[in-house]
Amino acid sequence: MTYRYARRYAHLVTMPSSVPAYGAEAAARLASMADATASDAALRRFLHGLPGVDAVGLQARAATLGTRSIKTTAKAYAIDLAISMIDLTTLEGADTPGKVRALCAKGVHPDPTDRSVPEVAAICVYPDMVATAKDALLQGGGAEVRVASVATAFPAGRAALPVKLADTRDAVAAGADEIDMVIDRGAFLSGRYLEVFDEIRAVKEACAREGGPAAHLKVIFETGELQTYDNVRRASWLAMLAGADFIKTSTGKVAVNATPPVTLLMLEAVRDFRAATGVQVGVKPAGGIRTTKDAIKYLVMVNETLGEDWLTADWFRFGASSLLNDLLMQRQKLDTGRYSGPDYVTVD
Amino acid sequence: MSDHRLNVLKTYKLFVGGRFPRSESGRVYEVTAATSAPGAAGQGDWLANAPLSSRKDARDAVTAARKAFGGWSGATAYNRGQVLYRIAEMLEGRREQFAAEVAAAEGLSGARAAAQVDAAVDRWVWYAGWSDKVAQIAGSANPVAGPYFNLSTPEPTGVVAVLAPQESSFLGLVSVLAPVVVTGNTAVVATSEKAPLPALSLGEVLATSDLPGGVVNLLSGRTAEIAPTLAAHQDVNAIDLAGADGALAADLETAAADNLKRVLRPQPVDWSADPGTDRLLAFLETKTVWHPMGV
Repeated sequence: MTYRYARRYAHLVTMPSSVPAYGAEAAARLASMADATASDAALRRFLHGLPGVDAVGLQARAATLGTRSIKTTAKAYAIDLAISMIDLTTLEGADTPGKVRALCAKGVHPDPTDRSVPEVAAICVYPDMVATAKDALLQGGGAEVRVASVATAFPAGRAALPVKLADTRDAVAAGADEIDMVIDRGAFLSGRYLEVFDEIRAVKEACAREGGPAAHLKVIFETGELQTYDNVRRASWLAMLAGADFIKTSTGKVAVNATPPVTLLMLEAVRDFRAATGVQVGVKPAGGIRTTKDAIKYLVMVNETLGEDWLTADWFRFGASSLLNDLLMQRQKLDTGRYSGPDYVTVD
Repeated sequence: MSDHRLNVLKTYKLFVGGRFPRSESGRVYEVTAATSAPGAAGQGDWLANAPLSSRKDARDAVTAARKAFGGWSGATAYNRGQVLYRIAEMLEGRREQFAAEVAAAEGLSGARAAAQVDAAVDRWVWYAGWSDKVAQIAGSANPVAGPYFNLSTPEPTGVVAVLAPQESSFLGLVSVLAPVVVTGNTAVVATSEKAPLPALSLGEVLATSDLPGGVVNLLSGRTAEIAPTLAAHQDVNAIDLAGADGALAADLETAAADNLKRVLRPQPVDWSADPGTDRLLAFLETKTVWHPMGV
């Protein structure tokens, strides 16, 4: 009896303490999985050897976790936590330096009438706006707010590798703290996994910065284009093996964005990856999360799947723009007891 | 085998955002006939269960009304008039149903209830006519000392919370609702507390009258429970207190002052009399533009 328990929990007892994906030790941990990524055939064998996803079970689980009732003090905590996890995003062709500066000001002081509101985690912009954002944050007292830049021919990812790498290096040189890259869905869907793997590694190398910390790499799968849950699981493992610091659902530019089941699946992949390698990777659902209720559902999923280790802005982010306004209105409601309206938050 | 048909009872539901939801809280309350109704002995007979709206229903209704405001206020006055006239047409076709509901709700004889419904239909028509004429009486071309055309025009104020009269369950409701929406406002209505059924049935008429969803939202329930939420809501621009009694009205007016809502205080009104333009003009803002004259 004792022996059976000992064997069942052996991996927990002997599990090495986890290290962050962006840390120096992560590379050595990943090297332990080198067998799986040695060749295209080995990688395919590994990815296709991952257990299949029980789609009905996954959706049911995500739906169940969405029914939790979070009220009063717990809700206040969740709202502030969600605000601090937001990657406040503007990714429009019509972005101007003025709009980016306004967004940065909002990121530092989301509610100008209430300084107890935490600042957001990051401002997410196109590469050519990175310098503007960085400057605006420094000037506005938001040195802690990070600047994330999309790169690698976002959102389609349809460009040659040298172009993608140059795109990334530009953003890093301009001061981006985080890079959101898109994978080549065409290569992934046609089964050229090693190509995707090598591309992520190359971009990760391009994130290195001379005389400073490397930019963290978020890998966007565009799950709305991956067709199946199995593919999402494979893409998650593929990206994490290649050294992603964060895995992110979507670009926000296609019809289907972050959904609870897909996010739950990625959370499970991250959990399993840490159990297997000891490397901790973050998760970022993006697109389509507009209300406080949605955001709290995601936080419940994180807590139930991954636990408190991930309940910080270092390991979980929301890619969103309109979500922040709803969080602020809910926060005002909790403070004053009366419902707020869109007249009391900024239009952006 | 008996010849009796099964009773097909109607489930009265709210009207919010062009849809018919139940109360978010799942609560209902019993609506009984007025005690003076024919055949009622002291205690009125049970008529139906009506949804008992919660403050979250009120919030959802305000959200729906806000969403509808842009389209409705931007529609041409002519178009709004047509929609209101369409409501009158639809109502005319369901006179018997409404006459029966009003008779039960207010304890009126059949003929008097029918007269109330007719008056309500006429009221829709009367206000429909005002849609493209209100600017003539509420707007003006102002003589100013300068080379400008100076024009003042009335504009809808926004989302209006309406506490419908408690006693006149249908004619009173129409008399407070029509003047709010005809000028381009959107409305969240708390129906008469003890006689909500004619109002909830009106939702079915509104839904089939080309009225965009969310322009009128009908909530049944305890006025004292819903009204404070509406009065304190920061996204409501005005409140009509017709259905609030003295003490409640004073509280609501205080709450409404927080974001400077327009408030129409309750006053004794004979709903069958000619309504005049007071209610029409109460929920308007005046926009004045200075337009340089050409050389």
